[in-house]
Amino acid sequence: MKGLWWKLLATLLLLYTAIIGLRTPLGPAIVQTSVSRIAPGPLELDVWGYGTHFNSDQPRAWLVNDSQRVCASNITAIAGDHMKVFFDVPAGLRKQMTDLQVFNGTDGLVTRYAAFYTDSLGGGIAEHPCVGGKSLELAYTFPNRDILNESIRNLFFHVPMWFTMVTLMAIGVWKSIRALRTNSLDEDRAAASAVGTGLVFGVLGLISGSLWARVTWETWWTTDPKLNGAAAGVLIYLAYLVLRGSVPEPAKRARLSAIYSIFAFAFMLLFFFVLPRLNDSLHPGNGGNPAFNTYDLDNRLRSVFYPACLGWILLGIWMYQLRDRLARVQTRHSDANDQ
Amino acid sequence: MDRREIAALLALEWRLDRRQKHAWGSLALYVVSTVYTCHLGVKRLSSVATWNALFWIILLFAAFNALARSFQREDGGRQLYLHTLAHPRNVVLARTLYNAVTLVLLSLISLATYVLFIGDRALAEADMGLFIATMLLGAIGLACTLTLIAAIAARAGSGPGLMAILGFPIVLPLLLATLRASKLALDGVAWSTVSNYLLAIGALDVLAVSLSAILFPYLWRD
Repeated sequence: MKGLWWKLLATLLLLYTAIIGLRTPLGPAIVQTSVSRIAPGPLELDVWGYGTHFNSDQPRAWLVNDSQRVCASNITAIAGDHMKVFFDVPAGLRKQMTDLQVFNGTDGLVTRYAAFYTDSLGGGIAEHPCVGGKSLELAYTFPNRDILNESIRNLFFHVPMWFTMVTLMAIGVWKSIRALRTNSLDEDRAAASAVGTGLVFGVLGLISGSLWARVTWETWWTTDPKLNGAAAGVLIYLAYLVLRGSVPEPAKRARLSAIYSIFAFAFMLLFFFVLPRLNDSLHPGNGGNPAFNTYDLDNRLRSVFYPACLGWILLGIWMYQLRDRLARVQTRHSDANDQ
Repeated sequence: MDRREIAALLALEWRLDRRQKHAWGSLALYVVSTVYTCHLGVKRLSSVATWNALFWIILLFAAFNALARSFQREDGGRQLYLHTLAHPRNVVLARTLYNAVTLVLLSLISLATYVLFIGDRALAEADMGLFIATMLLGAIGLACTLTLIAAIAARAGSGPGLMAILGFPIVLPLLLATLRASKLALDGVAWSTVSNYLLAIGALDVLAVSLSAILFPYLWRD
């Protein structure tokens, strides 16, 4: 059973990705507040959380504006994810945006940055000596980021699709170069199998991205540079299949499609890696949008993301090999029938 | 690369094209009739974004039309004959150069008729020097990326449709960059902002031409 170990490894990595990536809970976060603008005077605030335990012991809450604190005058927990907080908002806060911080014995410190637009700015307020709290060492959770929330798990499925596609297309280019050098139809068949398998991953990447966009951006598709690049990358290889389909003569087909595949690969790399950097993009990882890079301190996502990438790439190579073997058998079969 | 061979090939192209004046006429007619159709639809355009988009659509399809025929002449025997006379690398370089000149002329004709019919209201704030520079660079870029595609499509021999299918996704990044750059030029934005895009277009051209020069000899090997 030589050569079996990496297939086993791929299976295990993807099982690990599916189980840990989907089962790990998100950390606690405040997802909604009843108002988004505060003015001096009494304030009754409804706070909704996700994965929080507002009804646990030592509940505290305070506003933070330019590191000055306004403590809550009263806190009533309604449920684990819903509480009422009362403030007496003073006049003269210094900054435009005010953060909300809550604390309890189970979740530790939970912050919603820039939660409130602040009216009646001034030169600062009298300090309130309220009791703060530190963030606790929590159980194994993923970060719960604004807007991304549960969809952060798509990182383990959507992003590796593109890595796998690029890997398979690189194999396709390698086989195309070999096909041009050796005039071998075997190499040409391998290149076509690699591109075909890569396209499957490209389409899956588009689908997973589109579903994610529906949830977070409320649209299936936008004209974002990153999305344009992805669509063009897939389109190029669909054109490759059209080219293959339109040349009946095998040797000529091998040569033409190898040339197009090499040319196309260089442009696909441009679409994926250069073009999105020329323009501002809404896509996570661009223009200051939350993504993987902002979690440099969070090794929990990495501990799933890297195995996921390796697992998907190995699965892609495995699928490519199977496809190529099937194509080889089919060619032999039809050759035998011809004779 | 042999400069004398390229010059000879360019002269050959020019002489062959002079014999087929109707080809040039049909290209010019294509541009003029498209612009006129747009004029019938919109009369005068004052929106900069629409003006820009429409102009590039016209130019893109004119370019596809013009380049699709650039390898149509070589069928079977003629290609073999040319192969014995010149190195394929020089052939593709000469063809790219010739196509670039063709598209530069075509884009100037397009701009003139476009301004004549659709109006120059959108050009009120424009930095014309920058816009024309972007347009010419874009036209040269189209020639660089599409010449090899035209050769592949001609070799596949299944009609002009294939050229559009193969070429469109390849020219997309170039198109995005030129559209953005020419929009900025029309808005009268400074050179320094647009120069990023112009550099990107230039880099794309270099990439496309060098890949063409490497790959084309394989295309002509039978």
